[in-house]
Amino acid sequence: MRVVLAEAEHFVRAPNWTWYILFYFFLAGLSGGSYVLATLLRLRGDSAAEAVARLGYYVAFPTMLVCPILLTLDLGQPLRFWHMLVNTTPGQLVPIFKYWSPMSVGAWALVAFGLFVTVSFLDALRRDRRGIEGAGLLAKLWSIAGAVVGLFIAGYTGVLLAVSNQPVWSDTWALGGLFLASGLSGSAALLGWLARHRRAAQPAAGAFVRAERVFLLLELVLIVAFVLTLVPAGTLGRAFGFPWILLWALALLCVLPWLRSRERTRSAVAADGTVAAPARVVVAPGLILTTLALISVLAIRAAVIFSAQ
Amino acid sequence: MVEITPGRAYGFFTDTSVCIGCKACEVACKEWNQLPGNEPVFGDGFDNTGSLDSQNWRHVKFIDNVADETMQAGDGKAWLMMSDVCKHCKHASCLEVCPTGALIRTEFDTVYIQPDVCNGCRDCIAACPYGVIGLDEHSNVAQKCTLCYDRLQGGMEPACAKACPTQSIQFGPVDELRAKASQRLDDLHGQGIAQAQLYGADDSVYGGLNAFFLLMDKPEAYHLPNAANAVLPSRNNARGYLATAVTAVLAVIGGLVALRRRREPVREPVPEPVREQPEGGE
Repeated sequence: MRVVLAEAEHFVRAPNWTWYILFYFFLAGLSGGSYVLATLLRLRGDSAAEAVARLGYYVAFPTMLVCPILLTLDLGQPLRFWHMLVNTTPGQLVPIFKYWSPMSVGAWALVAFGLFVTVSFLDALRRDRRGIEGAGLLAKLWSIAGAVVGLFIAGYTGVLLAVSNQPVWSDTWALGGLFLASGLSGSAALLGWLARHRRAAQPAAGAFVRAERVFLLLELVLIVAFVLTLVPAGTLGRAFGFPWILLWALALLCVLPWLRSRERTRSAVAADGTVAAPARVVVAPGLILTTLALISVLAIRAAVIFSAQ
Repeated sequence: MVEITPGRAYGFFTDTSVCIGCKACEVACKEWNQLPGNEPVFGDGFDNTGSLDSQNWRHVKFIDNVADETMQAGDGKAWLMMSDVCKHCKHASCLEVCPTGALIRTEFDTVYIQPDVCNGCRDCIAACPYGVIGLDEHSNVAQKCTLCYDRLQGGMEPACAKACPTQSIQFGPVDELRAKASQRLDDLHGQGIAQAQLYGADDSVYGGLNAFFLLMDKPEAYHLPNAANAVLPSRNNARGYLATAVTAVLAVIGGLVALRRRREPVREPVPEPVREQPEGGE
């Protein structure tokens, strides 16, 4: 017997966007997030910051490279991946760009981001090879432009889900911001950990813990917004019901240790300006906490992607 | 015989009040479009097609809500049949999101997926509010009712409409079908069948459906979104991007503050002791 629903919803079919898409969203968040954080540090200008910035560009490149591969594998007809950019309707064969379709915009943004990341990566490699400490004006301008695209890449994936008629996804405006904040928090954790292993970058490692907290705070606010938007739509139970509640709990538990104070020593700065011991030392976390932060990034995306389908 | 001329809008008027659930439309559709079909669904009702998808472009829905015990008059709460199909919406969600341009509006004002352009991204499946489109496991592209595009080009009416024995499925120019539907609705109301109503004949649902219906209950009863729920994916573009942009601005400001140069670790001297955290570290 078919149940006649009391309330009209959308009677959609799930698009079966699963593992490839999950890991694409994850890597897009990390690649875009790393590029953005690298650029913020590059703008800071000191040598420790520039050393971490280059780490960020080194992270952004391989993570970006995997993205189009995952997206292509996800297609029903992988060899037609370029149809995302070129309209092959007979008699047309012109570039296709639909600003109102996030997938179309995202395809072009990925091309642009690929260009920015590749150039920044090679440039960082060259500067490190030649022992150049700073970054020139051109490199900074390039990085700023790339960071704007990076912010888009890390966040648009949430808008892509929302611009549909799927339950949960299309019931909220919060997913783009949520994915961006979570991508940045994962990137901050990863770069903070990597910075510990690069001598020149070590002094900047602690700053990532502070950044991580900022992004986590944003993320929590957006999760609350996500919940609140699902209530009137009646899909809260779907997104947070069993077993997805476990993923949400995992995502939260994994970042809890980050919210604890990581400031250790506390001693005064001498009057003459010399520093005997640092006043506040933020301890950058180790591999385990970094991994937990990344698991959280993955868990949030998995909960959103799988609960709706 | 309907005259079929490019440039004019064609569609279906599916009158569910005379549907007898024979599924001739499904069979004719499969025959003409060479759809091998898939495993039947065995549920509790008479519906063994299950749903519209890449292999089923017509689907006779059985909305049966009757008691399992011996039937008595008045036992049944619902006994409805409806030959469902792609609605060929005027404002089509699938066409809106399609990134490749595979989804087009044809010279007959129908919505068509070009199989050689589609790359199987499935964005249209996420968008279609009626669950019409499916990714085909043979062709690996999205497939749905073409309103027999090839037959229309040859001046023939679609296979399902031709096969329908009760004229539940009527094919023709949309304006003529609307006039017919309105007449039929008046007749039914005149006979005291007050629950009869049109779905998609006006522009309240997706700007008007080229394949519209006469229903014998509310749209919700047929698992169709009502006018209030008939919304396009693009409604979420502005607010989605806005929330992302606000987050981006806050994150950049917060990031700049958090990552700013601190006074303590002065430029050159003592490197800030970055130590392993005792608990929770490696």
